Amino acid sequence: MSGANAGTGAVISARPATAGRLSRLMFRHEVLRGYTMLAPALVIMVLAILLPFVLMIVMSFWDQVGFDFDTTPTLQNYREIAEKPIYSALLLRSLWVSGIATLATVLVCYPMAYFVAFHVHRHKMLWLIIITLPFWTSYLMRIFSWKVILGYEGVINSGLMSIGLIDAPLDFLIYSPGAVTLTLAHTWAAFALLPIYVSLEKIDRSVLEAAADLGDSPLVRFFRITLPLSMPGVIAAVFLMFIPTVGDYVTPTLVGGPDGAMIGNLLQVQFGGVNNWPMGAAIAVVMVLAIAVVGLCFLALTALFRRWAT
Amino acid sequence: MSGRSHSHRPNRGLQAYAALFMVFLYGPILIIPLFSFVDALYVRFPIEALTFRWYGELWRREPVIDALGNSLYVAAIVSVVSTAIGVFAAKAIARNRVPGTGAIVTFMMLPLVVPGIIFAVAILIVLNRMGVALSLYTVMAGHLVVCLPFAIWSLLPRFEGFDPSMEEASGDLGENGWWTFWRVTFPIMAPGIAASLLMTFTVSFDEFIMAFFLSGTQQTLPIFVWGQLRFPSQFPSILALSTLILAASFATVFLSLWIGRIGLPKAATGEIPK
Repeated sequence: MSGANAGTGAVISARPATAGRLSRLMFRHEVLRGYTMLAPALVIMVLAILLPFVLMIVMSFWDQVGFDFDTTPTLQNYREIAEKPIYSALLLRSLWVSGIATLATVLVCYPMAYFVAFHVHRHKMLWLIIITLPFWTSYLMRIFSWKVILGYEGVINSGLMSIGLIDAPLDFLIYSPGAVTLTLAHTWAAFALLPIYVSLEKIDRSVLEAAADLGDSPLVRFFRITLPLSMPGVIAAVFLMFIPTVGDYVTPTLVGGPDGAMIGNLLQVQFGGVNNWPMGAAIAVVMVLAIAVVGLCFLALTALFRRWAT
Repeated sequence: MSGRSHSHRPNRGLQAYAALFMVFLYGPILIIPLFSFVDALYVRFPIEALTFRWYGELWRREPVIDALGNSLYVAAIVSVVSTAIGVFAAKAIARNRVPGTGAIVTFMMLPLVVPGIIFAVAILIVLNRMGVALSLYTVMAGHLVVCLPFAIWSLLPRFEGFDPSMEEASGDLGENGWWTFWRVTFPIMAPGIAASLLMTFTVSFDEFIMAFFLSGTQQTLPIFVWGQLRFPSQFPSILALSTLILAASFATVFLSLWIGRIGLPKAATGEIPK
């Protein structure tokens, strides 16, 4: 805008210059007002996210001495994480379990999102609310319900025993990585459902009708139009589901047992029983880095795939 | 709607799939209410007798009432504060063309995605370094971080569907900014604000991981439930308590999502405008 002003400014002298200055001031005022309104939220986010995060990184280079800290920077914590197999084992298991849960959830949720986007015509809003309702509520209770279902004396085992199908409880149901995967998938499914639904809903229906008019069968139409156009939603779903589940603490604690423990459990004990806060900070930093690396690899893969597909 | 569209033909397979999905989605959650009425110490089949006594027992236990009081107190304050802050933030995001809005929104939505345990321990470290003792107030601080994205998420569609000329008209008619806000902006925003209050209240009321790391001696309800899970004899009463929490949360969030969509343009509710 200032460029246009500079060009015409010489011809039509004073008026546009003052108008330009005025509008610039107005614009600046508007922006200023915007930042003022954002300020409380930003201050909270900086104080409660950025500052703690920075301090956590700093602390990860400290050392715990009794109930106090030795603040001379050291790589000791990171060295221990790299050397002791328990850390990498739990981290890899967390990534693996979350990855499987994410994959399963996206596959299971896609048809449901498709159904709501394309086959629900009345009360669509009600449908959307009902399929996402559980996810905004009672996180602890929903995981607890899986403990009740899968437990040794739980619903499945006692149910099967009472109808005489089994004599002793099935011990693989609970306290295993499988139980954690299943519970994570059920607990976080909305994070996969919503982005897929939004991307499906955005698809221009006339494109699909054009494909149908030109003789594409429903299956061909799905693979040539619907699926590619909904890929951004699928990718978003993968991220939204994978990132939070890697660090989940409640699920592995309630249904994981020793075999299903994840990195979140290891992180928690550093602030609880073990009382080694700098080590806990280092684990948290490593967890974030691991999630970032996996996320970037996934993004790179999808980008490569897209270039190959087009 | 045109009848020739392919998507208007009912697809039996997909309908069956959707029904199955709903069963899998709600079935596990309904187990808790179901067994909270069973007259036995253990959750197991076959069910022999039904009872209300686990509910009656709850009200005679002081720690339950205390924890409930704490949770309501924390949730009330967090919902009001996060909604108040959210109103201004959402307005700035939707209406003032602030440079860097995209980055700011991403930053603010981080708590929705990043594992809660990371924020919880990070805040714990800061509080420890500042010498702040853990209490219900530190829980509130943690919950504020968790609830702010939900507040902004509930409020943004309101501002995006808001016609700025109404505020301009108010200004032209001589109202100052403050009165314009109260008499024009606020009434239009009211459903969004109600939705945000209900949503953040429930999120705070149900929140576990922040409270787990940041609470002192006073427990919130989810932390109390967590502590009781270790005692098998408490199991039935915990089922009853969980049922009440689930019912209350489902009702509030449903109300929040419903109110939040009232009066919005069709496109924003997910309906296809035709």
